[in-house]
Amino acid sequence: MNFQAISAIYTFEMARFFRTLLQSFLSPVLSTCLYFVVFGTAIGSRIENVDGVDYGAFIVPGLIMLSVMTQSIANASFGIYFPKFIGTVYELFSAPVNFLEIVVGYVGAAATKSLFIGLVILGTAFLFVDLEIQHPIAMVCLLLLTCLSFSLLGFIIGIWAANFEQLNLVPLLVVTPLVFLGGSFYSISMLPPIWQTVTLFNPVVYLISGFRWAFFGQADVSIGFSLGAISLFTLLCMAFIWWIFKTGWRIRT
Amino acid sequence: MSAIVSIQSVCKTYAGGLEALKGINLEIKEGEILALLGPNGAGKTTLISTICGISSLSRGKISVGGMDIEADYRKVRKMIGLVPQEITLEPFETVINSIRFSRGLFGKPKNEAYLDQVLKTLSLFDKKHARVITLSGGMKRRVLIAKALSHEPRVLFLDEPTAGVDVELRKDMWATVNKLKKQGVTIILTTHYIEEAEAIADRIAVINGGEILLVEDKDALMARMGQKKIRIDLMVSVKKIPSKLKNYDLDLTKDGKSLTYTYDTKSERTGITGLLNDLQAAGLQMRDVQTQQSSLEDIFVGLVQENAK
Repeated sequence: MNFQAISAIYTFEMARFFRTLLQSFLSPVLSTCLYFVVFGTAIGSRIENVDGVDYGAFIVPGLIMLSVMTQSIANASFGIYFPKFIGTVYELFSAPVNFLEIVVGYVGAAATKSLFIGLVILGTAFLFVDLEIQHPIAMVCLLLLTCLSFSLLGFIIGIWAANFEQLNLVPLLVVTPLVFLGGSFYSISMLPPIWQTVTLFNPVVYLISGFRWAFFGQADVSIGFSLGAISLFTLLCMAFIWWIFKTGWRIRT
Repeated sequence: MSAIVSIQSVCKTYAGGLEALKGINLEIKEGEILALLGPNGAGKTTLISTICGISSLSRGKISVGGMDIEADYRKVRKMIGLVPQEITLEPFETVINSIRFSRGLFGKPKNEAYLDQVLKTLSLFDKKHARVITLSGGMKRRVLIAKALSHEPRVLFLDEPTAGVDVELRKDMWATVNKLKKQGVTIILTTHYIEEAEAIADRIAVINGGEILLVEDKDALMARMGQKKIRIDLMVSVKKIPSKLKNYDLDLTKDGKSLTYTYDTKSERTGITGLLNDLQAAGLQMRDVQTQQSSLEDIFVGLVQENAK
């Protein structure tokens, strides 16, 4: 294992994050505040409790997941796409590193960034609503797994993308709708039965449901199922990345 | 000197069917400067990319320091530094962070003193904390070299190091290359500037159409293939070459004022004495005599044209 290389990639990527710290820090805080003002206070005051949880508190897990998923994809896809775009990727291919070291470096940095943003949003949420986290360890584990798996997905998107448009295509057309329709702002039990069934095909439901369980002890689907789903998703992403490096898909001529 | 890079029957065919390398055989000696000379599209960059692991081999075998580039890729790549043709750098990062990244990527522990030394060698030390985007083109190219040297490679590949660089900077670059050679680094540079190969290389390999046409010591090559010309300016112009001089390989300029005689420097008899005597016998008076040695460019153009036939 070339630990020096992992550390070099990780440090270099984190430096990009710290260069734009204000933007990295301010934009999630600001958007979370807006969500709390609009959904939590303005609209939420007219909504009854959802499953016995105050609506303002109910949306916190969904809000954190929304930001963590989109930020993980954005950071990881940009992290590997940018070297491809400016050509510095030659150095990675000529270096004594294997795919695992490259992935650990890039994905590790992207996951760290989104974890940081997730924690910042959680901290912001405490300013607006009364929150009690019933299963803090499960909450941290689920948060970590989400950061990791969506950063892996972002890495794949970054390798696949041939231009900046494609880089934004998957997050915009696939991930954002899935997250919004995955119960970020509502419990799926509020949907008509047919849509409840349809929703179960949305993988994001299991994440948000599991995460909500960690906060409030109740969920749309069982926590075991949620953990299984996210683990499977992580493994699928890893297998796909392994295949990418084995075949050189989109990276080697 | 033993071979540090050994290339045996290497072929590279791209997915589109383009055969970029057709059975290349080449041994690069430790400590030398080898210039890989060839026109655009000859296969220079492909060959370098293949040795460095950026593109894969279709057939053949390459070893560096006695180790196979695929089986022992970690050890091999640690020995190699690559300076690509295009200026590809992270624009918003500082010079020092860029080269720290390269050093780490190649598995070397931190060594700030060494990196400072590299920056000083490349006259970049005062730009250590400058962002790459603020540097001039020549400086950026030197940052690329600094990145390649950051992990103390034994073999350095320079792909067109002076493309688009002004004359003064080019001479600076040659001085840098010579400095590195003195430190014991083996250097392989590709170029299509013949002047460059002539100025700094120990050996020259000419590549065209994916094949090595020739590998030879520069001086031997110049001497072996070098032709010399004597230009004789006449006092009085002539309309045609006098019949007494028919046996010599002479060209008459259009204005009839000078004759050019081409001869081989290596042949036993150059025919110069005879020519001068016969000129006198033919009644021609000389105003001036100049000699001219053919450059590597003439040799190169000759070789490539021959290959194209």
